[in-house]
Amino acid sequence: MIQADLNIILPEILLAVYAMVALLVGVYTTKDKLAPLLTWITAAVFVLIGAWIGMAGGGENIAFDGMFVDDGFSRFAKVTILLSAAAVLVMGQDYMSRRGMLRFEYPILIALAVVGMMMMVSAGDLMALYMGLELQSLALYVVASLRRDSVKSTEAGMKYFVLGALSSGLLLYGASLVYGFAGTTKFAGIVEAAGHGHIPIGLLFGLTFVTAGLAFKVSAVPFHMWTPDVYEGAPTPITAFFATAPKIAAMGLLARVLHDAFGGVVGDWQQIIALLSVLSMFLGSIAAIGQRNIKRLMAYSSIAHMGYALMGLAAGTAFGVQAMLIYMAIYVTMNVGTFAFILSMEKDGQPVVDIGALNMYSKRSSGKALAMLILLFSLAGVPPLVGFFGKFYVLRAAYDAGLAWLAVMGVIASVIGAYYYLRIVYYMYFGEETDALDEGRSPVQYVFLMVSAAAMLLGVVNLFGIEGVAQAASMALVN
Amino acid sequence: MIGLEHYLGVAATLFVIGIFGLFLNRKNVIILLMSIELILLSVNINLVAFSSYLDDLVGQVFTLFVLTVAAAEAAIGLAILVSFFRNRGTIAVEDVNVMKG
Repeated sequence: MIQADLNIILPEILLAVYAMVALLVGVYTTKDKLAPLLTWITAAVFVLIGAWIGMAGGGENIAFDGMFVDDGFSRFAKVTILLSAAAVLVMGQDYMSRRGMLRFEYPILIALAVVGMMMMVSAGDLMALYMGLELQSLALYVVASLRRDSVKSTEAGMKYFVLGALSSGLLLYGASLVYGFAGTTKFAGIVEAAGHGHIPIGLLFGLTFVTAGLAFKVSAVPFHMWTPDVYEGAPTPITAFFATAPKIAAMGLLARVLHDAFGGVVGDWQQIIALLSVLSMFLGSIAAIGQRNIKRLMAYSSIAHMGYALMGLAAGTAFGVQAMLIYMAIYVTMNVGTFAFILSMEKDGQPVVDIGALNMYSKRSSGKALAMLILLFSLAGVPPLVGFFGKFYVLRAAYDAGLAWLAVMGVIASVIGAYYYLRIVYYMYFGEETDALDEGRSPVQYVFLMVSAAAMLLGVVNLFGIEGVAQAASMALVN
Repeated sequence: MIGLEHYLGVAATLFVIGIFGLFLNRKNVIILLMSIELILLSVNINLVAFSSYLDDLVGQVFTLFVLTVAAAEAAIGLAILVSFFRNRGTIAVEDVNVMKG
């Protein structure tokens, strides 16, 4: 019995054991000199475990009496999380090494955060959900303030910690209400207690608090306040990490709670999610217009993108979940490429974040400027690039579910949002001549930028087949 | 006779005090940590009250997990606070303002 359960969570156990062994090795040997190697090994471990989970057979495996669910949905989310985390680790290694902030704890903390994220997307019980979420959050608080000699980085860590702890508190209070009124913490039991169409008032309060807590983690408006400051203050490789893997994990967790635990009362949470979605799309699109700092700009961009992903979720159907998964996979690919570019922006060895520094960038390195142009167009959702198809899926899901007003709002917000992406393109191609940025020194960043941009072009053919996989995943979650 | 409602009332009051402590406090980051602790403890009261009312042990197990995580969270919060103080020389909430906008 226990053997079968342990077999199901073997990937998580192996990753956790790896993190602890790496910590011991790091402490007892050369410490920070080991860090670059450790970063690459951790990324390799992520890729291997991701491939293993991806190759593993289908079906639904339930471990520990329903606490841990391994199904198509969790496998899709886990593979995306692991691959994006590996990409971000590898991409930032050179940046961090040269600035002397690559400590050996960094890859280990990321590995622990990834274990937490894998736990989150597989949670089948409020306790498992909470432990996974905290394992992720506690590791991320530390990572955000990794540069402990920098005012900005420690301030980012502090803000992230205080607001993250508040969101955990909200979520936990909701979980306690759900437990009290459903009489169980298991999602399978909650879905029965919530009934079909008629939900007890105590459970409704619980549901609202849990949703609010999770909205903090996906940085949906009005719970987004921490995002721009944390993105700006944290070192850029860590910002890149924040913008990718934790977002998928939080979105996966939200989908799991809403469908596994409250799948019978879609009407009750649909309006909450739709409201979060509209507010996020508009605030993300409008507030980014005034930003000159590209990291802050990407923070607002990620808020807007989370609004679109939530739109898929608001549909409350299997197709909505499929659209959300496709959107998240595309979003992560675009962000990896964009952050590879941002990481390579530097002048005299110092990182540059002002978008004015990109003036006439196309004259000096036309290849990179073209790749960035494709990524920005894709982020804005201009057809025929892949980013457009992501938006198309969520809009169709919302429309099919009878939320035509939400789809119309989404289109309006995406037109507003296109302005700030295209402004960067304008600077790169038509801006005034200014001092040149350095040539990028890291081939890894160059490769990621180019691969991601190529994916935005070539994916148009069939989206690399993720459509079918995402459909199977959404069928596993919604039934 | 003290029933479930009284426990839930106390927990809800502590929770609201904690939330207000986070938002109204303008003095000291330590007070933020205390407010967070208050929120988590109010949840624990909720869980234990429900656990006793439902005659179900799961709530108490949950409480033990929450207590453990709260301890880890306080440790990390204080560590970040110490490194912030080394950089800025202050822990007043109004001085946590390098980044805005």
